[in-house]
Amino acid sequence: MKAPTQSRRPVDAAPILKLQGITKRFPGVVALNNVDFDVRPGEVHALLGENGAGKSTLMKVLAGKHQANEGKIILGDEEMAFENPKHAKRAGVVLIHQEQSLVPEMTVAENIFLGSLPRKPFNRVDWRKLREDTNKILETLKCGFKHDDLVGSLSIAKKQMVEIGRALAFTPQVVIFDEPTASLTDHEKPVLYDVINSLCEQGVGIVYISHRMDEIFHLSHRISVLRDGQYTGTVNTADTNEDEITRMMIGRSLELDHASKPNDFGDNLLEVRNLSVKRVFEDVSFNVRKGEIVGMYGLVGAGRSEVAETIFGLRTPSGGEVVLDGEVVKFRNSHDAVASGVALVPEDRKDQGLILGMNCRDNMTMASLTSVSSMGFMQGAKERVVYDKYHQAMKIKTPSWRQKVGNLSGGNQQKIVIGKWLHTHPKLLILDEPTRGIDVGSKSEIHTLVKDLAKSGYAVLVISSEMPEVLGLSNRIIAMYDGRVTAEFDGDNVSEDELVQAITGMGKQAQAS
Amino acid sequence: MASADQPKSGLPGVKLSKAGVMSFLSAQGILIFFLLGMLAFSLFSEQFLSQSNIMTVIRQASIIGIIAIGVTVVIIGGNLDLSVGSMLSFSTVLVVDLHDKIGPTNAILLMFAFTLMIGAVNGFLIGFLRLNSLIVTLAMLSAIQGLVLIYSGGQNVDIADQEGTWFAFFGRGYLGGIAVPILLFGLLAIVVQIVMSRTGYGRRIFAVGGNPMAAVYSGIRKNWCVFSTYLISAFCVACAALVLGSRVMGSQNNVGQGYELLVLAGIILGGTSLLGGAGSIWKTVIGVLMLGFIQNGLLLMGYPYYTQWIVTWVIIILAVWLDLANKRKSLFTTHS
Repeated sequence: MKAPTQSRRPVDAAPILKLQGITKRFPGVVALNNVDFDVRPGEVHALLGENGAGKSTLMKVLAGKHQANEGKIILGDEEMAFENPKHAKRAGVVLIHQEQSLVPEMTVAENIFLGSLPRKPFNRVDWRKLREDTNKILETLKCGFKHDDLVGSLSIAKKQMVEIGRALAFTPQVVIFDEPTASLTDHEKPVLYDVINSLCEQGVGIVYISHRMDEIFHLSHRISVLRDGQYTGTVNTADTNEDEITRMMIGRSLELDHASKPNDFGDNLLEVRNLSVKRVFEDVSFNVRKGEIVGMYGLVGAGRSEVAETIFGLRTPSGGEVVLDGEVVKFRNSHDAVASGVALVPEDRKDQGLILGMNCRDNMTMASLTSVSSMGFMQGAKERVVYDKYHQAMKIKTPSWRQKVGNLSGGNQQKIVIGKWLHTHPKLLILDEPTRGIDVGSKSEIHTLVKDLAKSGYAVLVISSEMPEVLGLSNRIIAMYDGRVTAEFDGDNVSEDELVQAITGMGKQAQAS
Repeated sequence: MASADQPKSGLPGVKLSKAGVMSFLSAQGILIFFLLGMLAFSLFSEQFLSQSNIMTVIRQASIIGIIAIGVTVVIIGGNLDLSVGSMLSFSTVLVVDLHDKIGPTNAILLMFAFTLMIGAVNGFLIGFLRLNSLIVTLAMLSAIQGLVLIYSGGQNVDIADQEGTWFAFFGRGYLGGIAVPILLFGLLAIVVQIVMSRTGYGRRIFAVGGNPMAAVYSGIRKNWCVFSTYLISAFCVACAALVLGSRVMGSQNNVGQGYELLVLAGIILGGTSLLGGAGSIWKTVIGVLMLGFIQNGLLLMGYPYYTQWIVTWVIIILAVWLDLANKRKSLFTTHS
């Protein structure tokens, strides 16, 4: 990515908001450990950290969605204990969500003042005041829609503006942006930047959470970093660079370990030929050899998970074919796929991977019930053997197999999902975002495991949105954009620029060998 | 709060904080309530705790109990079955009517076949077409009641020779001194409980009810699982029809009316969550028996039978509330 274009001097003012020693525990995991953070009026304070580092949790504590177990929140000179988001909003701290929470059937004005519509006597809505107030806010936002437009008819970027407008309705002192550009296109971003800058000029303190270095260097005055729920420090944007920030985030400079990748490949195990699912993805072709890790890289919505689901029998292809171990396969459902030796560790472990109300052991054997039963009856002893095997092999931290998986940390949950699939003894292992939202320790353990699995002969397909993960694991990388494969790269000889171009549709012609 | 440090059950006289008492009450509330009720009934009526009365209650509860076993399986699988009431009418009318026409054996076989067919229709619509189970079984409730009336032409049916047929065994017979309906109820409960807790099939049903998407992503054929739960439910209804038809030796067109609610009441009272993925047959057995004793006790105390309706559902609301309060550690919500 490009080097920072401009950096801004820190604002010299006393903080309006201070967090001191915030600790937040969830069952089985300490999400935040003694974290300090502050915001000054008129500054953009960027908060960085890997997935699962605790950024979102910190902001939820700040905005009253979670309550800290320890620590203080000081707004102005007053110590606050926000009981819920409404309380925090009234006090002037507003969180702008990653996921949009607008009502599409209502107008812009109604959405902005949802829950606090101006009233006339007898509890009637004061439509005139609503219109006037809304227009005032829309003026600040300078965006091309009117108070009576239906939110459902607006583009994603404009919806986000409405979301910001909603924050402004509370005349906030601090506004928190959680990954605001995740769903914006490049030409929509400047509009957002303008709004943020104009808020700064009005003396509002901004907390800006993002993964994107270029944005952060462009916008922020100061940068704070979280790692594994710990506060690692705050630096002035003008005095730092990307390398330092990266070191703060992951505790070391990013070194790619090409040597440990598998390098002994067998025959083609999976061959996907011109596979299509109407209106989802089109003409996707690639192959995975035995003992090889193939990375599938692309943005959310590029169709990567859908390709995986189609291989796994969860979607019916509208064209093309899947060849597994030399045979064309047509799976009617996931049961067939499992029986033929395909395993899919799904993207969303809570919704797709696990049954949260069940215990660890039962989740572990969920995909291979026949192997731990005889004549249809479950063999508790066999189940324990299976559980103990993966429990040890993967260093899963649980007090007992009776523990409900819902109480485990993300990393341990993910290990259970992977263990569950290893016990089906698959030939092809598909991992969809295998380390999303889990701690750095489990992450590197899972990476090592995946490489070991490939070395022992598994064909592995890894889908990921994280470039370091794709680069660190893959022998080959398939880039997807908008439902199509745009390029295929050698995993050891590809630059980040090339990859970024391929997944953003800029490098459609780029075809590396 | 101090409640965490308090023992869950304290002896009377031992100092207990208010929070400790509350948490004990809400954890064991429904059982305490039930025991208090039993105590009250036995004070007011000497017959209540007599052996013959207890056996009568269990025998009366066994029809609801047998059906509730099947519906519990459906609920664990994440769906509902409201059609069991009119299915019971249908099956009972069918088996009684056919008894004199084609003989008891054929009548029973045919009745089971037709009942399972209705279950299969439910299962197909809900499992394979993925229609909402509430709507499908509600529609079925109404449709089958219509079917019964068409079949019987509005006439009630009965068996002519009530003394001479071995068909009487299922509803009126005794084996080793215990009434056959009770034996059938117990046998079904044990078998289904074992199936649900010890077999791979049971595990799959729990998985499908607990998180259907994760079940599908684990290679479980969800559609078939859901389908099968309705067959089990239908099978249980057929067994109940056997007992009911045999005991009454005749049937009104709407004999099963309202059973779906009684069955649900028993299941909820037992503590099986309607959300699916959790519960057990034991809980349902206990819930159904509690229901039976409450109704019997009220009758013995001289209240008219319709007071049961009120009392039963008040208790259910209480049970659900206490259960929820126990989970969120407070009787009232903390957030709006």
